[in-house]
Amino acid sequence: MGGYGFYVWGSYAVTFVLLAIEVVMVIKRKRATARNARVSEGKLDAGSSKLETV
Amino acid sequence: MSKSGINWYKYAAPVNFYPLAGKMLPWFTGLTIALFIAGLYLSFFVAPVDFQQGHSYRIIFIHVPAAWMGMFLYVLLAIYAGLGWAFNARLGSMMATAIAPTGAIFTFISLVTGSLWGKPAWGVYWVWDARMTSTLILMFLYIGFISLQSSIEDTRRADRAGAVLALVGVINVPIIYFSVQWWNTLHQGATIRIANKPTMAPTMLAAMLVLLAACWIYSIAVVLARVRCIIKERESEAPWLAESVASA
Repeated sequence: MGGYGFYVWGSYAVTFVLLAIEVVMVIKRKRATARNARVSEGKLDAGSSKLETV
Repeated sequence: MSKSGINWYKYAAPVNFYPLAGKMLPWFTGLTIALFIAGLYLSFFVAPVDFQQGHSYRIIFIHVPAAWMGMFLYVLLAIYAGLGWAFNARLGSMMATAIAPTGAIFTFISLVTGSLWGKPAWGVYWVWDARMTSTLILMFLYIGFISLQSSIEDTRRADRAGAVLALVGVINVPIIYFSVQWWNTLHQGATIRIANKPTMAPTMLAAMLVLLAACWIYSIAVVLARVRCIIKERESEAPWLAESVASA
């Protein structure tokens, strides 16, 4: 990148890492929500899962 | 009243929006990936080297879309929060809560990429110029909105408090936009205006617009996924609704 590699690749890296983290966090939230829903329906033992309130 | 056609109002109810969002999500996910691949290809292999800045200008292809997303999403957030508050429409408030993290991340990306571009372009990572300072304030508004909502136990009170903050803060967005016209400041002015021809090379403009579309579709996908989580989390507070959501 003509000597500007750190700045260009740094920018793109920060962008895609942050977006990837966001996607991972949404997937984790989805799983926690589904797990909590199953617990409150009585299908899962409450002691076997973490109840998350995010 | 016509009996044929879709009754759109039914989708204002979270229990009806939930499956609609679920059906839309795979399409938006696929489109996001396609647009990012196309946009990145244009950015690195099609757009030429800049006469003055060499390759360092390529940061523009994510810096500008991220900045626009941060601003647009905040306005959307404020509108949804306002509608949720004014019409007591819970889905509106849920959408505002769902949008906030995505808008915050894009604003943060625009600050970081701008800083990394500022060093080769201006020689400094940061100045207290009008646009950069007001974008930093936008970042604080997002963080404030998220923190405020998570600090209040009662969800409806949290929604209302967040709506007040969002609406009060929305004046910041036109300030960011017009700052480069109103003040004699370091950050360059608008390259793309509604009435005039853009001053960028067509291939550069194309790459930027494709990545902007990618960021929009990405945002829609992530917000749809997050609002589904929020619907499920909140409606489980009312068991009779939880059953319909679970079976959707």
